[in-house]
Amino acid sequence: MKPPAHEDEVVALAENLRWELPRNFNDHLTEAIYAESSRIAERTVARQGTSRRLEWQNRVDRLVTNPLTDFPIMGAIFALVLWVTIVGANYPSSWLGWLLTDQAYSWLRVIAFAHLPTWMAGLLIDGMFLATAWVISVMLPPMAIFFPAFTLLEDLGYLPRVAFNLDRVFHGVGAHGKQALTTAMGYGCNAAGVIAARVIDSPRERLIAIITNNFSLCNGRWPTQILVATVFLGALVPGQFAGFVATGAVFAVALLGFGLTLLSSWALSRTVLRGEASTFSLELPPYRPPNLWRTLYTSLIDRTLFVLWRAVVFALPAGAVIWLVANVMIGGEPLAGWIVGGLNPLGVLLGLNGVILLAYVIAIPANEIVIPSILMLTVLLTGQGGDWAESGVMFETGTEGVKQILTAGGWTALTGICLMLFSLCHNPCSTTIYTIYKETGSVKWTALSTFMPTALGVVICATVALLWRTFL
Amino acid sequence: MSSACPPSACESCSAARGELERLGLKVSQWDFVVALAGNPNTGKSTLFNRLTGLRQHTGNWPGKTIARAEGGFGYNGSKYKIVDLPGTYSLRAASPDETVAREFLLFGRPDLTVVVADATSLERNLNLALQILQVTDRVVLALNLMDEAKAHGILVDARRLAADLGVPVVPCSARSGQGVADLLVEMEAVVKGTFKTKPYRLKLKVPAVGPAMNQLVTKLRARFPNLPNAEWIALRLLEGDRTVAERVADGTIGDAQRDPAQGRAVAV
Repeated sequence: MKPPAHEDEVVALAENLRWELPRNFNDHLTEAIYAESSRIAERTVARQGTSRRLEWQNRVDRLVTNPLTDFPIMGAIFALVLWVTIVGANYPSSWLGWLLTDQAYSWLRVIAFAHLPTWMAGLLIDGMFLATAWVISVMLPPMAIFFPAFTLLEDLGYLPRVAFNLDRVFHGVGAHGKQALTTAMGYGCNAAGVIAARVIDSPRERLIAIITNNFSLCNGRWPTQILVATVFLGALVPGQFAGFVATGAVFAVALLGFGLTLLSSWALSRTVLRGEASTFSLELPPYRPPNLWRTLYTSLIDRTLFVLWRAVVFALPAGAVIWLVANVMIGGEPLAGWIVGGLNPLGVLLGLNGVILLAYVIAIPANEIVIPSILMLTVLLTGQGGDWAESGVMFETGTEGVKQILTAGGWTALTGICLMLFSLCHNPCSTTIYTIYKETGSVKWTALSTFMPTALGVVICATVALLWRTFL
Repeated sequence: MSSACPPSACESCSAARGELERLGLKVSQWDFVVALAGNPNTGKSTLFNRLTGLRQHTGNWPGKTIARAEGGFGYNGSKYKIVDLPGTYSLRAASPDETVAREFLLFGRPDLTVVVADATSLERNLNLALQILQVTDRVVLALNLMDEAKAHGILVDARRLAADLGVPVVPCSARSGQGVADLLVEMEAVVKGTFKTKPYRLKLKVPAVGPAMNQLVTKLRARFPNLPNAEWIALRLLEGDRTVAERVADGTIGDAQRDPAQGRAVAV
């Protein structure tokens, strides 16, 4: 046990001496430094005329931070990024799907089953390879568009303006305005968002930012949202409107997530984390033309491939586990069948099904593998896999193939909607949970951050399913 | 003056310029430790990336670097470990990310602190620079974003600034790499002692503080003989800074080898 600081001789002396000092000597120090900075700057800095760039920047700032136009502009920019992602991802997605789940898969299958024991070929090709192929074809295209677009906005200097605009909203719910920044980081990765909460000095507001960060859709969940919206909601309308409807649906879920961030922040700041919102200053940096090629390069190499690599690393063992639970027979039925059967009643109550719930258990390490897990389980349990490659019956590639598999698994538009909602509201991935524990050092807050969104997701999905079944 | 960047003395002198060798993360051994400090969003991470060849995340918003990052580079046969610190407006830190910066500057004992200042808003950036000059001798001021200042019609007299601050001032643009070679020359001169800085120490003329400070400084020097910034520590104690008080009490303030600025969690 080390003695408390105030028992130290030097510290105690300082404490005593402080009584004799003028009370505002702190302010004197600050003033002295400011005055000196000002004096030196005056001697060394000269201005030449007026800066046209500055005028132009001020004009833009007046527009994007104007109380009337700020939110519409933010919404429009965000919707545009989503729309470009959804429409743009379609083509590379089908192409990668054709290459990996169609061509490469059948070739590898033929080779593996000819030279390896059946169980090993199944584990390697039907399990590990297929899961990884789906991760790549489903995840890579939206990420390769969404990340660079987001990074361009970040380099341009729009992010601090967003924080500025959202400050009054966060302030209104008793949270810190810088939570806008951590929320924005969460749209990339929740673990990063949780760490970013270090920019908030008040422990109370920092905790609120950490606990509610999970309502920012992370890059593991964007592809799920985009895919399901495209397959089940975009498909409800004629082709030329599909992109808009899918964008609208994802936008609505992201907006709901933001609403839940505010709602839960408000609830926390009124109950367990009571207190006043603190003020802070945030610099609005000048707009800087983004370095286009470097941005594309770094966001593709550092971010997209990094996240993809993480997804692949988790997909390989997950593929193996899924293949095993689908092929280990107990009492004439595969193990997965028992588990899915057991989870199914709960799943149906939530508008989902047993496969989805099992996939969410398998995907606790990484949200990225939810869709591949669902596809694998559905294929293996509905017997669609089997003689797929041998008989020459191929799935259509891209989103059509996904739709075919899931419809055969009994999915409807309700399943799609509830999956989107559950993807928004469920436990954070294990990396984020661990990060929350490291940042807060508290089991209690970690547990709250884990179970609060899950409970909310169960309530929301069950309500939507009940209403849907009652009225439609 | 025709240009926003006055010619540095080094451009005209004949001293050979060294070669920069980017070492990335390979920093198992080093001769000097360099800290990058400055206000948020002044381009510290961009300069860090340029010197080390690493790709730390950079972005145009304050507060994006939240924990320190380390990398290395070689220059004229010496190896440097360079530490990119989160931006901070003051050494009286409040938030956990600012604490990381402050702790490293105060207790990490870097061989050199490069203060990265935004030339477009020098006055505000000088607040931090003056505070850093209070705690360490070995400082080089990188006057970054000179290209932007030029576009805004802002001219900075770097030589006059260098004379006022008593440390080398190098106009540069980390994004394009302009001026970075000059910066390296000055950094080397300061760490190797070929350039003796005379850091401008602001005299704090607050009545009645002087005697109290002297008493404390005497005590501090007696206990920690090689404390380089005893006056500043004394002031912080008089202001009632709890983290400094704790470090004085447990003796870690005098521990030169200690490297406390981990991006550690702050228990709440």
